[in-house]
Amino acid sequence: MTGLFCILLCWLIGNALSYCTGGYVSGNIIGMVLLFAALNLRWVKAETVRPAARFLLGAMALFFVPFGVGLMISYQTIVENLWAIVVSGVVSTIVVLVVVGWTFQSFNRRRKKEDDTIYRS
Amino acid sequence: MIQYIVHSDLFLLTMTVGLYCFGTALYRRVHMPLLHPVLLTFVAMIGVLKLCGVEYAQYEEATGILNFALGLSVVSLGYLMYEQMPQIRGRLVPVVVSTLVGCVFGVLSVVYIAMAFGADRPILTSLAPKSVTVPIAVSVAEPLGGIVSLTSVVVFCVGIFGSIFGEWILRRFGVRDPMARGFALGSAAHGIGTARAIELGAVEGALSGLAMALMGLATALLLPVMEKYLY
Repeated sequence: MTGLFCILLCWLIGNALSYCTGGYVSGNIIGMVLLFAALNLRWVKAETVRPAARFLLGAMALFFVPFGVGLMISYQTIVENLWAIVVSGVVSTIVVLVVVGWTFQSFNRRRKKEDDTIYRS
Repeated sequence: MIQYIVHSDLFLLTMTVGLYCFGTALYRRVHMPLLHPVLLTFVAMIGVLKLCGVEYAQYEEATGILNFALGLSVVSLGYLMYEQMPQIRGRLVPVVVSTLVGCVFGVLSVVYIAMAFGADRPILTSLAPKSVTVPIAVSVAEPLGGIVSLTSVVVFCVGIFGSIFGEWILRRFGVRDPMARGFALGSAAHGIGTARAIELGAVEGALSGLAMALMGLATALLLPVMEKYLY
């Protein structure tokens, strides 16, 4: 229960901060950052939050079903913009895959080379 | 009597959870990426609502508790990020740079392409967080004026696309390093990509989970700024 309290408290503070800053970032996102910070700073023990967090994360997919069902009322807009959505979604996904893959790989390769030179010297 | 039961909040909630359980069980049997349990639940639930003549507004009200729980699970993603932290050790620079590059390229490419097709601003905002896990994407898009149902469906389809073709695309473009492959899958295709990366190997899976968490964080913090100044 303490875990649930921690999560609720982070959300509450997040909501307050979100309200103060004009609502650009929603309260639950700020709450997520707060919980992450609290765990890293050891204000909260990981064991305390684990059971509640595990349950919530495990069931997360169920929680956003109502959003998807919202297609019922918004499908008209989607059909009108179908090509824009499909093309941009597919191309952008390929862009992210390739750009991130290349960036990470080039850094990793450089690091491996450095490791090799350290071993040799 | 049937009218009364069918239009009650409890019936709608029970059906939602029931269909989700059914979808999950079915997916376990056939294991086809396109039959993702959540997509099945979307479609089946829309069918049930149409059949019973229930308006979406009523359904939304009935499942308010799920919306509340979603807020809680977004906060608990902070715990998931904490769990991924040991993965960062020793490779902070590639991880941070790749995340930022992925986040900026991902958001701007989808927005500019959709803009070239003449999509309106609410559509652009709904598409912008398409590479991050659904709860974060929805929480980011909603206050900026996006259409949440569009966001959730697009994010799902992006994840499924990435998990099916991601490995092939990466191979075509010469990304062979297992860490880079895992990280790219998690960045582009969030949780669904991570599930695929775990099948590829332990290294890929771990890096993919880390990428998904960091992309969520970076997009949540940077998207409002990009939305204001860059499109």
